Amino acid sequence: MAAHGAHPPGFAHQFETVTQQREAGTLGMWVFLVTEILFFGGMFTSYIIYRSLHLQSFIQGSHELIVRYGATNTAVLIFSSLTMALAIRTAQTGKSKGQIIFWLILTMILGASFIAIKLRFEWYRDYVEGLIPGVSWLDGGTHTPGVKMFMCFYFFMTGLHALHMVVGLGILTVLVIMTARNKFSSQYYAPLEISGLYWHFVDIVWIFLFPLLYLIGGRY
Amino acid sequence: MSEHAGHDSDTPHVVPITTYVLVFLALMLGTALTTWVAYIDLGRWNTVAALTIAVIKMTLVVLFFMHVKYATGLTRIVILAGFFWLGIMITLSCSDELTRRWEIVPQGWQMIVPLFSRLF
Amino acid sequence: MSTATADLHDAPAEPGVNYLNASYGIRSWLLTFDHKRIGLLYLASITIMFVVGGVAAMLMRIHLIEPQGALFEPETYNKMFSTHGIIMVFFFLVPSIPATLGNFLIPLMIGARDVAFPKLNLMSWYIFITGAALALYATLSGGVDTGWTFYPPYSSHYSATNVTIVALGVFVAGFSSILTGLNFIVTIHKMRAPGMTWFRLPLFIWAMYATSLIFVLGTPVIAITLFLLGLERVLHVGIFDPAVGGDPLLFQHLFWFYSHPAVYIMILPGMGVVSELITAFSRKKIFGYSFVAFSSLSIAVISFIVWGHHMFVTGQSIYAGLVFSVLSFLVAIPSAVKVFNWTATLYRGSISYEAPMLYALGFIGLFTIGGLTGLFLASLATDVHLNGTYFIVAHFHYIMVGGAVMAYLGGIHYWWPKISGRMYPDLWARISAAIIFLGFNLTFFPQFMLGYLGMPRRYAVYPAEFQVLNVMSSAGASILGIGYVIPLVYLIWSMRYGPVAGPNPWKAKGLEWTIPSPPPTENFEEIPIVTEDAYNYPVAEAHKYPDAPGVARV
Repeated sequence: MAAHGAHPPGFAHQFETVTQQREAGTLGMWVFLVTEILFFGGMFTSYIIYRSLHLQSFIQGSHELIVRYGATNTAVLIFSSLTMALAIRTAQTGKSKGQIIFWLILTMILGASFIAIKLRFEWYRDYVEGLIPGVSWLDGGTHTPGVKMFMCFYFFMTGLHALHMVVGLGILTVLVIMTARNKFSSQYYAPLEISGLYWHFVDIVWIFLFPLLYLIGGRY
Repeated sequence: MSEHAGHDSDTPHVVPITTYVLVFLALMLGTALTTWVAYIDLGRWNTVAALTIAVIKMTLVVLFFMHVKYATGLTRIVILAGFFWLGIMITLSCSDELTRRWEIVPQGWQMIVPLFSRLF
Repeated sequence: MSTATADLHDAPAEPGVNYLNASYGIRSWLLTFDHKRIGLLYLASITIMFVVGGVAAMLMRIHLIEPQGALFEPETYNKMFSTHGIIMVFFFLVPSIPATLGNFLIPLMIGARDVAFPKLNLMSWYIFITGAALALYATLSGGVDTGWTFYPPYSSHYSATNVTIVALGVFVAGFSSILTGLNFIVTIHKMRAPGMTWFRLPLFIWAMYATSLIFVLGTPVIAITLFLLGLERVLHVGIFDPAVGGDPLLFQHLFWFYSHPAVYIMILPGMGVVSELITAFSRKKIFGYSFVAFSSLSIAVISFIVWGHHMFVTGQSIYAGLVFSVLSFLVAIPSAVKVFNWTATLYRGSISYEAPMLYALGFIGLFTIGGLTGLFLASLATDVHLNGTYFIVAHFHYIMVGGAVMAYLGGIHYWWPKISGRMYPDLWARISAAIIFLGFNLTFFPQFMLGYLGMPRRYAVYPAEFQVLNVMSSAGASILGIGYVIPLVYLIWSMRYGPVAGPNPWKAKGLEWTIPSPPPTENFEEIPIVTEDAYNYPVAEAHKYPDAPGVARV
């Protein structure tokens, strides 16, 4: 019978113990990430098929992308995963809420930078050059139907990824507020841990998107 | 569950900062490597190299940043199941999409099949 | 200890507080975290959707009384069958047993106070009704005529109907399923009572676990597929567009990757219910417990590798056709295992024929017919002739209606006393079960014949020589419709006027029967400690027939 005395902060009453709650939360987030693997997976499947069938178009399309922005963004996201892991570790080791918030906000800045780089240097440029299918597309020259197909993949996949980043920024904002309100301690920081899993997942998706979209067929 | 509420007998493992930083550096190195290799002509091995490096980077993130190295067997099964199912989707879709142009040419004993259709 | 026998509408002499009367007012229902109340919220919503889908079906069957169509222009008929399919599949069958009976029963059966994530549970319901509202809006403001399968390029480029809104509705409802499945998986893994090992779980839980695996692994794929379809429709270009090298068949692969496992989402929970009903009404433990448990998991796994059998005649490569055909035969095996084991459970059982049992027995017969006809469709050579005909329509209706809906009704009746604290009138229940059984067979058996004779499906007109069978089918549909209305009436009537039910009116085994009817909000005063296997019915005849199969060795 669950003790009705001092309940640790954040304890939910459908559970019997704190450990049970923590394990349930972690398992729940991992199951959710599996759904995300399948969600992005639909597009990765389509990508694999079309790349096999239309390799030249994909190489041509890939050359419309600028590698240094993709590479920079990859570095930015990896850095943000480090800061997120450090934010959780800071909570885990009972440091002050100011320190936790520091790492969380650093993560947010890096995430926002990722989106800023995409918007300003990649997507805006694509818009001007007529490389966004259905929104701003200019036929002719290197803008073949096959390249249009590739650009569909590029925008759908990086767009969906960016959407997940924005949601992640929203989650981080909530975490900053919760930390500021003293919700977390070395005994209870499950929301940070679970949100960290989500953030790292979004990083992993980009780890695959970068080579698959920017580096096809080599750049030699 | 035999533990008492509020008494946490198994506190999660605390990963040393050094480990995190080393993983971070490995990931950055991987990024630099994959970008560099893309500018060298290795033919079809470019793709293999890029994907191998990506898988290694993902594994590092999963094991260390996502703490799976210290996680239960159930967590690992869940993750593997996700990738396995993705593999099913890719493999069986490709079994159609990549074999459309294959031709069926009756060989040897299969030549007798049209004979049956004439008999009946 | 709350008295389960207290009448809901009397002021209780001693505290008769249960989950229904613990708090009053619409806010206490719309903001509840109690899995039992959420189950009832779902029950109300999906009943509404069933009525909408059923009305579409009635209109279709009336239209098909005449070869040239009695009611609609072909364009409108197309909207009718599309609406019927979309509403029935996504907004009735997929959530039916899981969201109503699953939500209500899973914590009770495993000895927990609630599901793992009660707030997520409530959010799932709100997401569901948002999706349903979108779909209903799309239906009422012009409809959709693509069929529930949404194949491009018709759906992406040519159809002038509300495809995007309906696709959005289905997309949203998909997230409801995903969250429900996630909740159930974590609940079953982490919240079983002490002593409730995996192999002591009721088979309903195994079935719900397997269903939840499909929810979690399959639904995201239909989500991304409909998302891509919506993008293509809005942007007028996309990855299924042949003009840029796209392949419409890729949509079909992604669509059926979910939609085939989805049909197992629709039947597995029903099989779980049947396992409960057969054991309770034969007063005998299930024959081959672990075989039935593993068959649920096998069905869930194999269901993901057979989807190409929906695409045999679409231009898919014949090599893929061969692979999918062989794999499709495999999936019949675990289903057959279940039918054999239910039958063996009945053997030398102490059988009684209350309404839930009638539904369970009907399920076994009708599901077997539906399942066997699936073998004709799994075989490439015969599928060429039967695909796109009424044979397919009859096949899946035998499983979905003769199987899943009957199991759903059987489950609703069986657990009704637990849910409401009241008994329904059993005579009326048996009469409607019989009406449903007769009406169902009259509706759908002629459709096997129509399909064999070559009548295509989704056609608003048909050759005159098929009229007799069509009229029979429409007559059956009217009877079936009446059969469905009667339980709606007496179940609602029983909530106020039915005799009060005790904790265990069926004298059945299972943790849910050890608590009051209706249960208190927190389910159990004390979390039970489980020491028995499931279905541990006393063996009466063991001394007479010690070697009979299924009889426990004492």
